[in-house]
This record gives sequence, structure tokens and C-alpha cells, in this order.
Amino acid sequence: MSSIVDKIFANTTKLIAFGVLLLVAWIFTVLFEHSIESIKTFGFTFITDTKWAPNIEKFGALPAIYGSVVSTFLAMILAVPVAIGIAIFLSEIAHAKLKTPVGISIELLAAIPSVIYGMWGLFYFVPIIRDVFGGIGISMLTAGIILSIMILPFMAAVTRDAMNTTPDILKESAYALGGTKWDVIKDVIIPYAKAGIIGSFILALGRAIGETMAVTFVMGNVHKISTDITEPATSIPVTLANEFAEADSSIYYSSLFELSLFLLIISFTIISVAKFYFLRRKRIA
Amino acid sequence: MTHTQKRILVNNIVMVLSTLSAVIGIGFLLWILSVLVINGLDALSMTIFTNEGAPPGNDNGGLKHALIGQLMLVSYAALFGVPLGVLAGTYLSEYGLKSKLSETIRDISDIMMSAPSIVIGAFVYAIVVSPMGHFSGWAGSIALTIIMIPIILRTTDDMLQLVPSTLREAAFALGAPKYKVIIQIVYRGAKAGILTGILLGVARVAGETAPLLFTSFNDNFLNMNMNQPMASLTVTMYNYATSPYEDWQRLGWAAAFILSMFILSLNILGRLFLLKKRGKH
Repeated sequence: MSSIVDKIFANTTKLIAFGVLLLVAWIFTVLFEHSIESIKTFGFTFITDTKWAPNIEKFGALPAIYGSVVSTFLAMILAVPVAIGIAIFLSEIAHAKLKTPVGISIELLAAIPSVIYGMWGLFYFVPIIRDVFGGIGISMLTAGIILSIMILPFMAAVTRDAMNTTPDILKESAYALGGTKWDVIKDVIIPYAKAGIIGSFILALGRAIGETMAVTFVMGNVHKISTDITEPATSIPVTLANEFAEADSSIYYSSLFELSLFLLIISFTIISVAKFYFLRRKRIA
Repeated sequence: MTHTQKRILVNNIVMVLSTLSAVIGIGFLLWILSVLVINGLDALSMTIFTNEGAPPGNDNGGLKHALIGQLMLVSYAALFGVPLGVLAGTYLSEYGLKSKLSETIRDISDIMMSAPSIVIGAFVYAIVVSPMGHFSGWAGSIALTIIMIPIILRTTDDMLQLVPSTLREAAFALGAPKYKVIIQIVYRGAKAGILTGILLGVARVAGETAPLLFTSFNDNFLNMNMNQPMASLTVTMYNYATSPYEDWQRLGWAAAFILSMFILSLNILGRLFLLKKRGKH
């Protein structure tokens, strides 16, 4: 009797575990199936065409791709130095009494939903951008800044974790030789934790590129490529968030599905590179 | 300047810059937090919990519809996601610890945890909303379930592995079948850890907005029928905040405050469970 229950239990768990893989495969398949119409109609021009015009059923995703790339790039160049600063502060400078509370607050901030960062950006940051740069304040630049603030806690926490993997004995040896904190950081910690640090940046990049709510509030959803980053723009997730519920033709839907598939493949690739090349599996973040 | 002086100077500069960037970064985050608390507390009142949505300009609108909707969406997601995640995690740790299948599932789950949630919304739109012909609470819950499973799966997997194998061996030696060992010994030993995973999983999906935008959609009034579009705190917050009406924006801040406090409490609670567990060993 109990051997039957044993088998049932074992097989149920196996089935469900295997189901997770099937689910992921199913997600890719469904997105692909729904993209076929758009792929057939536009082919490769889907990602090279700059015109996204639902009224004439013409869909070119280049402005959204451009917006995703530029806003994420802006977010990264703003967030990386600050995240390194916070990580150095937490692992090497801060007094032990400060380390834990500050570290925990940063981890908790990483749990605040991104929709709140977006809302804050709309009410408090957009007016500042408007005053400083003119225009309406809803822009690529605003999106990049809000995105950088949103990924900052996550990035700082994982960078600190990476730096903390350096064995104390290595650091102590360097200090014993008369090294300054900076000597220890640049000659011991960074070489030792390099892969982990780069991995955490790439992981943050993977998250930033798929981030929707923090930027939807402040980007404007304007399908136009402009070199002026104080102009409204759009990105792939922003387009999806704004247009999915309103699409009114099958080719429109299909184009949005192709955009989703494209986004999923890009983030999957970036996150895989971070996880498997730089961060061999450790505990979950 | 001697070499040593130069090194000390560079060191001091870097230390000041690091501390400064920490102060700037943390300052921004404190700014957001204080805005959230000030606006949230200001907008909070009893009517928020007792009244449903109202047209703009009408000062007695509330968030009852969104609070109940959110609760239903997340509860159903947990109802499906927790058992599926825990059982799948059980397989990884107890049956296929080092098998190729388990390794692949771990890798894919790790990636899914960081994958864009809006894409999950698109997927659920295709398999649920489109065939049904309308938005529904079920669609929203399914999207949240998909996001929750990898989180719970991976924490369960990790936490079960922490249970010492001598405990399992002792139970086996008494003649207990494997499922009994898992349920009565391993689960019990990893209780705090599994609970933490569940809390973090729930906290994570409670803040999700993007996958709900075109699955559960929104409703300005109370609806408890999962077959119909359903309000959530997050989508309501988004709609109210982007509206031009001041009273709606106030409600948006109240929603933001309630949601953040809920999520922060779950996170803190989860940490306390783990700390307590660590304290015992």
C-alpha cells in the first residue's frame, strides 16, 4: 500500500517539476505562433523599420528597440558607479554597526514594486526634468534615470554579495603588507570577485531591459527615434503596456506578440550569460 | 609627493567618492520612501477601506474594490503556485538532486525569476483572455502563478537541501517509506525556510503590475467574480496616478502606501523566520 503512495508521490513531484520546463517551452511556442502573421508580413524589416503606425497597419519596431537600448544604457551608466560606491561602502568602509541596517534597508528597497518608482518619477522627477531641460519632462532621459534608481538597490546588493565572497584572509594579508583600503579593493577584492561583479551588472541589465512599470509612467510611448534624449520616446515593454489592451486588428496583435517574443529572447540571453558565464549558481538572490 | 603619500591621497579620494555615492543612492531611495509615506498617510482614511471607486470629483471614492480584487488575485495565485512550487522543489532536492533534469530545471527557473513579467502577461493573454473573449480575474491569477512558481521552487529546493541527511537516514532506518520521510521529517525540518520562500513569492507577485494590465485588466467597482475583469491595487494605482484628477491621484498614493507596507512586512517576516531558524542551530 505505502509503496503505491510512494510511487504516486514521487511521480507527481517529477511531473510537476518537468511541467516547469514544459511551461517555459509552451511560453516560447505560443508567443512564436502568435507572431507568425507579423513575421510573414514584415519579415526582417520588423526590427529595422522606423514606422509604427497602427492606423495603416504598418509595424516597425526600431523606435521601441532603440528606446529600450538607450534607456537601459543610460540607466546602467548612472547606476553602475553608484552601485559600486554603495558596495564598497558596505563591504569595506561602513562600521559594523552600520553595515547590517544599511544593507538590509537596501535589500528591502529592492522589494518595493517598480510601479511605485514609476509613480514617484511621474510626480516628483518629471517636473525637475521639465524645469532643467525644458519640454514636457516625459522623456527618454527621465526613463533612464528612474530605471537607474529602480535597479540600484538590486545591483548594489548583488555587487556587495560578490565583493563579500573575497576571503578575509586575502584582504588581511594585503592590509598586513601596508595596503590602503583602495589598494585592497583594486588589487585583491576586484580581481577576486571580478566575475561576480560583472555578472551582477549583467543580471541587473537583464532586469532593466524588461522593466515595464518604472518607465511606462515617464517615457511617453512616442514611436519616434530622436537623438535628443529629453524628447518623449518608447521602449519595448512600454509599447506592450500601453497598446496590448487596445490593439484592434490581428496584425496589430501579432506585431505586439513578436515584440514580446523578441523581448523574452533578449532578456533570456542576457540573463543566461550573467548566470552561466559569470555567476555559477549560488544561493538565490 | 612620495609614493606613499600619493597612495594615501588616492585612497582618501576613493573612500570619499564611495561614501558620497552611497549617500546619494541611499538619499534617493529615502526620498522615494518619504514621499510614499507622507502622501500615503495623508490620503489614508477609513472610507478608503469601505468605499468602492467613484467618478472623479466625487470625494468619497475608496479602494475597497482594488483591495478585495488584489487579495483574490494573489490568494488564488498562491493557492496554485505554492503547492506546485513546493512539490517541484521537492523533486529537485529529494529525488533528482544531481540529475540532468534537475539541473536544467534549476537553470531555467533562475532565468524565469528575472525574465520580464510583461511577457508572461502576453502569454496568458494568448492562452486565456483571447479564447475566453474577455479579460478575467482567472487570467490575472494564472499570470501571477507562473511568476510565483520558479521563486517557490528554488527556495524549497535550497531549503530542503539544508536538512541534514542523517535525519532522513534515521527515518529510513525506522522503516518509513520515502514519501513519509519527506512529509514528516524533511518538510518539518525545512518549515521555516519553505515558509520564507512562500512569503517572498507572495510579496513578489503582489507588486506585479505589468502582467495584470491585459489579463485581469481593471474594474472601478467591486467584483468578486473571477470570470470578470478584476481590479488590483497595482493597476488601479497606475490608472489613478496617470489620471488628471487630484482625488484619484490621492487614492493612487494610498494604494501605493498600503501595497508597499504589505510587501515590506512580508519581506521582514520572511527574514525573521530565517533568522529564528539560524538561531536554533
